[in-house]
Formats: sequence, structure tokens, C-alpha cells
Amino acid sequence: MPRISVRIDGTTYEDEVEARLLFVHYLRDKIGLTGTNVGCDTSNCGACTVIVDGHSAKSCTLLAVQADGSEVTTIQGLATQNGSGRRGDWHPLQTAFHTEHGLQCGYCTPGMIMASVDLLRHNPDPTDEEIRHGLEGNLCRCTGYQNIVAAVRTAAEEMRSRAQTEGAQQ
Amino acid sequence: MSKVDPETIAEEAQRADRAAGDEDEGRNVGARRLRKEDAKLVTGQTRWTDNIQLPGMLHMAVVRSPMAHARITGVDVSAALEQPGVIAAFSGADLAEEYSGLPTVWTVTPDMATPTHLPLATDKVRYVGDGVAVVVARDRYSAADALEHVVVDYEPLDAVVDMEEALQGGTLVHDDVESNLCFDFQMPTGADIDETFAAADVVVERRFIQQRLLPTAIEPRSVVCEPIAAADEYTLYSATQVPHILRIMLAMVTGTPEHKIRVVAPDVGGGFGSKLNVYAEEALALVVAKRLGRPIKWTESRSENYQATIHGRDQIQDIAIAASSDGSIKGIKAHLLADMGAYLQLVTTGVPILGAFMYCGIYKMDAYDFRCKGVFTNKTPTDAYRGAGRPEATFALERIIDELAVELDMEPMELRRKNWIRHEEFPYTTVAGLTYDSGNYEAATDRSLELFDYDGLRREQAERRDRGDRVQLGIGISTYTEMCGLAPSRVLGSLSYGAGGWESATVRLLPTGKAEVVTGTSPHGQGHVTSWSQIAADVLGVPFDDVDVVHGDTKMSPAGMDTYGSRSLAVGGIAVQKAAERLVEKARKVAAHMLEAAEDDLEFADGAFRVRGSPEASKTIQDVALAAFAAHDLPEGMEPTLSSDYTFDPENFSYPHGTHLCAVDVDTETGEVVIRSYVAVDDVGRVVNPQIVEGQVHGGLAQGIAQALYEEAIYDPDGNLITGTLVDYYVPGAPDLPHYVTDRTETPSTSNPLGVKGVGEAGTIASTPAVVNAVIDALRHLGVADVRMPCSPERVWRALQNANGGRQ
Repeated sequence: MPRISVRIDGTTYEDEVEARLLFVHYLRDKIGLTGTNVGCDTSNCGACTVIVDGHSAKSCTLLAVQADGSEVTTIQGLATQNGSGRRGDWHPLQTAFHTEHGLQCGYCTPGMIMASVDLLRHNPDPTDEEIRHGLEGNLCRCTGYQNIVAAVRTAAEEMRSRAQTEGAQQ
Repeated sequence: MSKVDPETIAEEAQRADRAAGDEDEGRNVGARRLRKEDAKLVTGQTRWTDNIQLPGMLHMAVVRSPMAHARITGVDVSAALEQPGVIAAFSGADLAEEYSGLPTVWTVTPDMATPTHLPLATDKVRYVGDGVAVVVARDRYSAADALEHVVVDYEPLDAVVDMEEALQGGTLVHDDVESNLCFDFQMPTGADIDETFAAADVVVERRFIQQRLLPTAIEPRSVVCEPIAAADEYTLYSATQVPHILRIMLAMVTGTPEHKIRVVAPDVGGGFGSKLNVYAEEALALVVAKRLGRPIKWTESRSENYQATIHGRDQIQDIAIAASSDGSIKGIKAHLLADMGAYLQLVTTGVPILGAFMYCGIYKMDAYDFRCKGVFTNKTPTDAYRGAGRPEATFALERIIDELAVELDMEPMELRRKNWIRHEEFPYTTVAGLTYDSGNYEAATDRSLELFDYDGLRREQAERRDRGDRVQLGIGISTYTEMCGLAPSRVLGSLSYGAGGWESATVRLLPTGKAEVVTGTSPHGQGHVTSWSQIAADVLGVPFDDVDVVHGDTKMSPAGMDTYGSRSLAVGGIAVQKAAERLVEKARKVAAHMLEAAEDDLEFADGAFRVRGSPEASKTIQDVALAAFAAHDLPEGMEPTLSSDYTFDPENFSYPHGTHLCAVDVDTETGEVVIRSYVAVDDVGRVVNPQIVEGQVHGGLAQGIAQALYEEAIYDPDGNLITGTLVDYYVPGAPDLPHYVTDRTETPSTSNPLGVKGVGEAGTIASTPAVVNAVIDALRHLGVADVRMPCSPERVWRALQNANGGRQ
């Protein structure tokens, strides 16, 4: 079996894996990172979105062997690099999804937040329409999307204001 | 002319709401408290059923029929057993002794046909996806691989897919049922329907099609059964809305004693009715775990979900309305065919019957005639999907009201206003026999018109029509009500439903003064932990953060009727309030003893008992909790600890209502429909948490709009589901849905002491007809009188072509 080495949420994992193993099943079943969810088998729903080498990727469309040598961030590593998830360490998107009620059942939320991380990296000041189009690969059945859009907008404001403060300090 | 900006108005109202909530820290009910549920959900520290890994756990996969209708002539699992990692494999015949049929609990007519529904088929398969065998392997990939090696011999039979054909005889879905008719439910009420229609000035008749929908909770179903074989005890984790009902039913289906089964609904990722059921795989996981003595997990893929999890809607509705020439409605006839699919699931037959009382909606009339035939076909069974019977009723009614307005040449809102129940007439007993608790249709409508700029849009519409613009503007109205809070046990009994509708709660104060609420509701996205905390915190006078809520585990919350039908707050929330009030009454006795005062001399406010007239003599409820726990000095005969129960069974349903207005732009050359603005003013009685209520409305709107514009489950004539994956079944994404403008009026319910009504289904019920009415309104002057849902570009374009007599 092929051997892979992949750094996930700050920890390096080395494993032998079946060549056909999907990366999302590697995350969930092999190393127990169950924060990343599976909602479909056709790459439509985006529940499994993670960041691979700085770009969002649906981890159900990726084989574990393709992640060899990559640096991966999942929802569980977003709050802090060691993933304790304490509220003070939350990413502005995690906070904004909470304050804007951008989630209900929460099953799509990890993917929605990770896709938003990528969206805001490319476009730090998106319009509502740009947010909607940026998230079209992620399905939510609970919220009707309005509060997700609001959450991303709120997080973007917060991230811009932090960047400004940091810029001023330098 | 200054234009009203509806978004600004609504957002200002919401800001005011938020400020009001924040100002009064002592009051939780009515405030926008942020959800306690979110911390684990936004960090991925969740426990979905599929996350569960147990020592020795095996994975189960189900061999499903690729044919809609066939006789099984042989099932051979021997080759599968040879595959790597495979531990066991069972055919339907192998397991037939382990269980009886899956339950259906709603006998809607005494002569209803209830065919046997085994978890695995043994004689015939009756829909594509019907289970015939299971394989059990060490991991999920090996189990999936082994499915290919189970050899099933089928003798194909003709499939019956269309309801009207099914009723004409020929192919029988069930050999032991004499026709494909499951039931014929008839409910004429009020004045004589034929005389009413004969005497009316105007009669309008229409046929509407409620397409089949796929509920698509984003978390697929999943089950884990952990046996303690030596003790014949089982813990079953399931992505279910109904752990309590599931436990009872699994005991009955598998013959396992009820007290030996514990059902846990861990974190559950949405349901919308699709997890309100007792499924084959839940029974199979239990009996296979029993056979093998090892934990069993089954998780469906999305494609499997589309075959094996219930579908929604699928009705043919023949509707007729009679009115006098001044616009007074005289009577309604609603005759339905409802597709059951191949088998009856838990409440399959009850879904159209939940709509039976709602075809008169908010309107007064003399005569009413409801009839519904349930029909078996070779398709996946239908059951409750968000709204369950009421969206269908509301759609047919609100659509035909618009058709009647055209026939009478009346303004559609004026026609509604002329006929609806006036605020001063509540409580009002409708022609269908229900007594609506409260409502103020005038207030909700006036508010919606203001937010929508109704008159301005009508003017713009007239101008665009006059100019013959390519893109035409349409305005759609839906003034709805619904019955919710599935509840009064007495009423459910009279409808031959298999259970009651009460809900239970326990509230206890721990020695350190923190509170625990145990509820029988089973949330899967609705935020009960937050809302129940708000209710309990206010009654107990403790901080919101000091309350936790326990749910979804039959060992920890042994009594409950679970979550569906917008019932949880109006029934379960009240149980929490009543249990907390009982606890305060006991605490009062202890406090009186501690303060050496008479109970009647104590005031209870802000979490403290004070002696009237000498407020320095006081005990906080936390002091009392510790004293009741220590029990060193309690009143004679009093039981230690502060804990109390309440089971609430309301006298009546509650009836939320509202007015939804939709404006669409329709491109007459491409058929494309774009929602330009959507205003929803809902009245759900008193509100516990405005943020959660808005969220419920948004999500409901999305699903109702999806039915109007996007979604349809399609079968080919051989019974293959051709929208079998998320590629083919179009669940709308963020770019497909509009910004909703929502607001509320507040008319308290009289059915419960909090004055609350349900909100989970309202948005779905109201929105579908608002959107379709808008589409038709945009095209009416071009000769279009109906478009079948979903109003896709193709359907709209074809409707325009047909109206044009085929001319482009």
C-alpha cells in the first residue's frame, strides 16, 4: 500500500493507505478527525471542504494519496493550531457564524466555514452577491443562506479591521 | 417620491428587537440569546452518528433492488462471504424470523390496506432501492465491495408508477391487497356541497400537481447498534428525530423488550420529516448486532438516501371553489390522489389527512368537501416532509383564490380580505371543524403591504405590461394559516393516530445552583437547548448560562414524543415552563422553612425569596437548592432535592398565520424566473428567541421556494428514479435564493400559557403559492393560467408557447 505523509492541523501523520481511499475517509476513519463531514457522493454539497496547501478542496474528491506532502487545515484546526477550539481562539468566521445565526443543524457548517476562509482570502471585501456565488458549491438545507451571507460579511469586516490595526502597528 | 426601502425597515425593527433583548438582562424569553449549540458545531467537535467508532464495530451495507417491481427467485450470498473483510451476509429469508413488519401508526380509515413491510424483501421487490440482503464487513469499503457479490435472481414484473393508472387495475403492487387503493378518506362538512355549488354564481375548478420532493437533510441517515449480547441489551444510536418513538417501535418490531433498548439521537444534522420514521436499517442494525454480538454501523450515501429514505408530497389535487358574484366564498371541494409509494412508513397515510382540515385556510365559507384516495405505486414510500399535508393544502387554496379573483375581476388581496376571519371573530370554528385559537390577518397583511410597496409594484407592473417588456413583473400573495403543535392527545385519538401528543420535562437544581432541564423533544437544528434554557432561566430566576438541557437519549430523558409538526415549543417548551414553576413552588416551601416565615409571605423575584415587608430576610434559589440537597433541616415529610416533572397535553393546536408577498421578474423569451423581492410577515404568537424564529422562517422559505422553482423527483415509466443524485436533483444553493425581508406581528396563542405557536414549517407552507402566484401573475396577460411546479425555465417557456398557440 502507498505510504503518505501529510500535515493536518499542525500534526504530521504518516500512514499506509489503500490507493483508493478518499481523503475525507482518511480524515474521519483513519485519524479520527470527524469534524469534517460527508453529505453526498457526487461532490455537490461541500460539507467535506478543507484547506489543502492554502486552497479550499472538497475532501471527498481527493484521494488520500493525492494529499501526500500537503499541509491541510480542517475545521478542527481553524480555531488554534492545536485545535482546542476555545472560544477566545475562534477564527472570525466561527464567531460570525455564531453571532449571525449562520447555522442550525450545523452539518454543512464546517465545509461552509472552510469554503468561506478561501473566499475571503481571495476577496477580503465581497459584496453579498459575491459571497453567494463564492459559496455556490456548498449546500445548506436549514438556513436559507441569508444568515450565512451575513456571517461571512461580518467576518470579512472583522478581518479587515484586524488587518488594519496590525498594519497600523507595524 | 420617497420610496420605502423594505430591507431598511425590517433591519431597523430587528435592531430594535436586539436592543430590547440586550437591555433587559433579567428577561430571557423574547431576547436574542445566541445559541448554546453553536460552540461544538462551528469547531467540528460534534458527535454525528457516523462519527461513532466502537471496539469490534462492523459495517453493514444493503443490497438494493435495481428493479421497481420483480419477483425474487433466488438470493445467494455465498460469494460475498468469500470476499476479504466480510464477516457475514444475510438474505431477507435468513432474517425473516427476527422481526415483524415495519410499523405504520395512522389508520386513517377502518378499512385501510396495510400491507406487510419487512425490512428486507423476501417475495417481491416493490421499488428501486427495496432492500433484499445485507453484508457485514470490517470496514465500509469492504462492505460496499461485497455488495457486488450477492447474486439475486429477479423475475421482472410490470411497474406501476402513475397513480391514475394504478387505480385502473392491472399491475398490483401488493398481491395480498385487492387493488392499489390504500384508503378512501371522505370528510364532507358544513352545508350540502352539491347544492352550494349549484347555487353559486361562479365556480372555478383546477387540477394542481404536487410534485414529489426529496427531503435532503444534509446529514445522511446513519445507525450504530451496540449490543451487550450476554445481557440481551442494545444501545442504538441513530440520526433520528424520534428516539422515543423509535425505541417503542423497535421493541415491537424485533420482539426485544423495550427496557432492554436504549435509543440515542446524538447530534442530528437536519430532518425535515425524513428522520421522523422507523426505518428498515434501524431494525436490521439491531437484529444483525443481536446475531453477531458485535456493534454494527450503517451509513447511507446520498444516492442511497434518495432511494431508501422517504420522499415528500406527490399528490394530484382536484380543487373547486364556489363563490357569489360579489366575491363571497361559498364552498371548497378538494379531491386528492396521494401517492403512498410501495409501502406505508410510519405516518405515510396521515400526511394528506393533516391537510384535510386546511383547504379552507383563513376563509369563511358554508360548505366543504375533502376526499383523498391513497394509492400504492412502485416508488419509494412517501411520508412527512416539512409541512406534511399543510403545504399542499395551502398551495391549492391560495392558487385557486387567485384564479377566482381573475374570474371575478377582483383585486386578489381584496378578495382575500373580504373572506378571511376577522380579528374580532376569534376563536373561530371553521367549516372543517377546527377551532382557530387566535389571529390577526389584518395586522400581518397591512405590515407586509407596507414592507413590500405593493401599490408601487402594481404600478410598475402595469407600465411594463403596457410597454410589452421582455421581462415581466409578477406579484404573488399567500395569506396562510396552519395547524401545528401536534398535540391534543384526545384529538389525535379521534383521528385514529397511534399515540398521544403530550410532551414531558424534568427540571432540577443541582447542589451548586446550576439547573438541568431534561426534555422529551429531540432537536436536530432547532436550538431547543437555547430556547428551553431561556424559558427555565426566567422561571427559576437563574442566569441563562447556568442552565443546560439534556435530550435525545431514552435512558436520560425516558419520556418524550420527540420533534416534528412544529410541536416542540408549543408542547415541550410549555412542559419545561410548568416543571420549572413546580420546582419554584417546592423551593418556596423550603425557603419559608429556612426563613421561618409563612409561604404566603414570601415574594419570589430575580431568583430570590424575600419576606414581604422585610426584604433583607431572603434566600436565593441557589441557597435553597443546596439546603434541599443537604436535607439537614427540611420541613417535616419533605423529600430532599429540588427536582420536578411536568407532562403537558394542550387543549388545542396552535394556528400561526401570516402574509407573504413575492415579486418575480420573468423573462418571456427564456422562461427564467428571478425572485426580485420577498416579504414574509408571520405571526407565530409570542416569541422566545427572535433570532431562532427568523432562522426557522428563512429555512422554511428556502424549502418552499425550492418546491416552486427548482426541485422535482422524477421517475421514468419503468420506475427508475432518474433524479437519483445531487447532480440531477437540484437543491438550490446560495445564488439561487433571494434576500428575504421578514417581520412579525404578535398575536398570542390561547392554547398554551406562554402564548406561543409553532414556526418550523410556516415558511415552507406559505412560500410555494406566493412564488407560483407571482409567476402566473407575470404571464397572465399573455394567456398563461398555470405552470406546473417546479417553474423551471423550460416549463415557463413551454407554458408561454402553449398560450401563444405555438407561435414564437
